[in-house]
Amino acid sequence: MSTPTSTPTAATHENRPSLLVTSPNGRRRARISQLMTGVLLLTVLAALVPLAILLWQVISNGWGPFSWEFLTTVEPLSYRDTGGGYLAGIVGTLYMTGVAALISVPLGLAAAVYLNERPKGRYASVVRFFTDVMTGVPSVFVGLAVYALLVSGSGGLGLGFGTLAGAASLAIIMLPIVVRSSEEMLRLVPADLKQAAFGLGARQWQTTLKVTLPAAAPGLTTGVILAVARGAGETAPLILTALGAREVVLRLTGAPQADIGLLMLDGFRQPFEGGIQRAWAGGFTLILITLGLSIIARALARRSQI
Amino acid sequence: MDHRTAMARDLDHGQPPDGAPDEQAAQQHAPGTEPAHHAVHISIDQVSVRYGAFTAVRDVCFDVPRNAITALIGPSGCGKSTLLRTINRMNDLVPGATTTGAVTYNGEDIYAEGVDPVEVRRRIGMVFQKPNPFPKSIYDNVAFGPRLNGRKRDLDDLVEHSLRRAALWDEVKDKLAQSGLSLSGGQQQRLCIARAIAVDPDVILMDEPCSALDPIATLRIEELMKDMASEYTIVIVTHNMQQAARVSDLTAFFTVDMDNERQERTGVLVEIDDTDTIFTNASDPRTEAYITGRFG
Ligand SMILES: Nc1ncnc2c1ncn2[C@@H]1O[C@H](COP(=O)(O)OP(=O)(O)OP(=O)(O)O)[C@@H](O)[C@H]1O
Ligand SMILES: [Mg+2]
Repeated sequence: MSTPTSTPTAATHENRPSLLVTSPNGRRRARISQLMTGVLLLTVLAALVPLAILLWQVISNGWGPFSWEFLTTVEPLSYRDTGGGYLAGIVGTLYMTGVAALISVPLGLAAAVYLNERPKGRYASVVRFFTDVMTGVPSVFVGLAVYALLVSGSGGLGLGFGTLAGAASLAIIMLPIVVRSSEEMLRLVPADLKQAAFGLGARQWQTTLKVTLPAAAPGLTTGVILAVARGAGETAPLILTALGAREVVLRLTGAPQADIGLLMLDGFRQPFEGGIQRAWAGGFTLILITLGLSIIARALARRSQI
Repeated sequence: MDHRTAMARDLDHGQPPDGAPDEQAAQQHAPGTEPAHHAVHISIDQVSVRYGAFTAVRDVCFDVPRNAITALIGPSGCGKSTLLRTINRMNDLVPGATTTGAVTYNGEDIYAEGVDPVEVRRRIGMVFQKPNPFPKSIYDNVAFGPRLNGRKRDLDDLVEHSLRRAALWDEVKDKLAQSGLSLSGGQQQRLCIARAIAVDPDVILMDEPCSALDPIATLRIEELMKDMASEYTIVIVTHNMQQAARVSDLTAFFTVDMDNERQERTGVLVEIDDTDTIFTNASDPRTEAYITGRFG
């Protein structure tokens, strides 16, 4: 280090010490750097260890009872009995997640496009505020709200428990995630491209539809899939909306719908080995579904290049 | 004061503008020495552009002749890009930007009420500083504009014609399905020119189209511009004096006018004339200073 008072001259530049001589300050900096690297490594481990334990638990306990039979049959009448499976829950979870995605993805994309095109628009801050609040609402409350609005006959629409009510609550949970991740992705589209489109005489909607959205498509897909995966893993909002069932339900309304998480809840609550075994396998299935979706999302993200 | 000079040098009209032009201008405009130019295609009249409360360019007046290349030169920040963008209403897209004055295209004010800026941009195309092809195939890049207008048939011919016109066809004819981004910078810029041509404009605005290119690619684009001038009216912004001298028929010199009172740096047009005149015999000392590199 040169002393700040002396102006560097050609002479002082010539007399610099060898690069091998570390200044005392430099040694201290190197030590701090090493220390910080260690601390950060520890925090990463602290975050990873619970995840690893969780995965290990589910896989080691769930792998055994997981089978083709588990995927293709419904539960036996008694929790005491072994065998049988979660077909009803798997169908219900996929069904409700699918319907929820159909509701939340178009809505969420539309909101994200609005926020991106009119960042200072009249409703932009309102939309942002509500997506933020919605991200923080506990999912049981989402279930409660949907119960009051859709399920309950007094004050609500009186649709009763079922697929639609469950899907609606999942959609509410997915929506803010879709909006936020999509807005992020749309913002990454270079202004250059939009300028080029406008320069060619494209209207605003043409620019959005033909340039902005396609350019952001891979990133949008990733965000949407992650949001869907998040919804697929939710159980709490379904307690008061889907209610749960033991048979495969294909109706949209009028009959309670099954869900993997709800079946697990029932299974673990009973003191019977058969039900508990199936619940572990159910957890394993749920992790397969969400992990599968996340892996697809990551693969798409890696290909995304705006 | 500056725009008066500019008006004094207004082209094509032949007749002296009202108000006595200063001596130098009178010298330059000695009757008979005024070269014959093509008809006026675009006329810029008293144009000022503000971004919020800040005036970026003030009171610019000049005419752009048809089928000629007009170069806009001047120091950074003097509002060349701003002015260029007013010619096809791209400034409408900048929040807070306001344009006053008139820009007349084929005798019609493009800022008149009822004029659709989209229609203006279809007639007056634009090529940007940085090549910006869409992340689509070469074919789809060129077909983009025509498709916007609902054209579906004979696209192949139009794409080929546009690429030929942009002197790119031979290099890409075997890989039209490849991404436009797979091309070199110079090729990308020619693709952007082809893309602009495909909408069938008659004016093309170019904002420093070669500043991201190497000298050889630059020369190719310059050749292309000279070739295109028979069919199109071209307005080009450039920082490269030699480029202005090489390609343009007319050169407009802008500078920054410092308003000490309001602490504002506003762009003004100093003069516009035949490129030869500007480069060898400029009437305003500031022009000469800038061109010879003695700009303060
Ligand atoms: N979108 C904008 N918002 C606010 N001010 C702007 C905007 N664009 C340009 N300006 C200002 O207007 C003035 C002129 O800018 P402009 O880009 O037109 O200059 P230029 O002559 O093209 O410069 P350069 O040669 O560096 O490209 C500058 O002072 C600039 O800061
Ligand atoms: Mg510029």
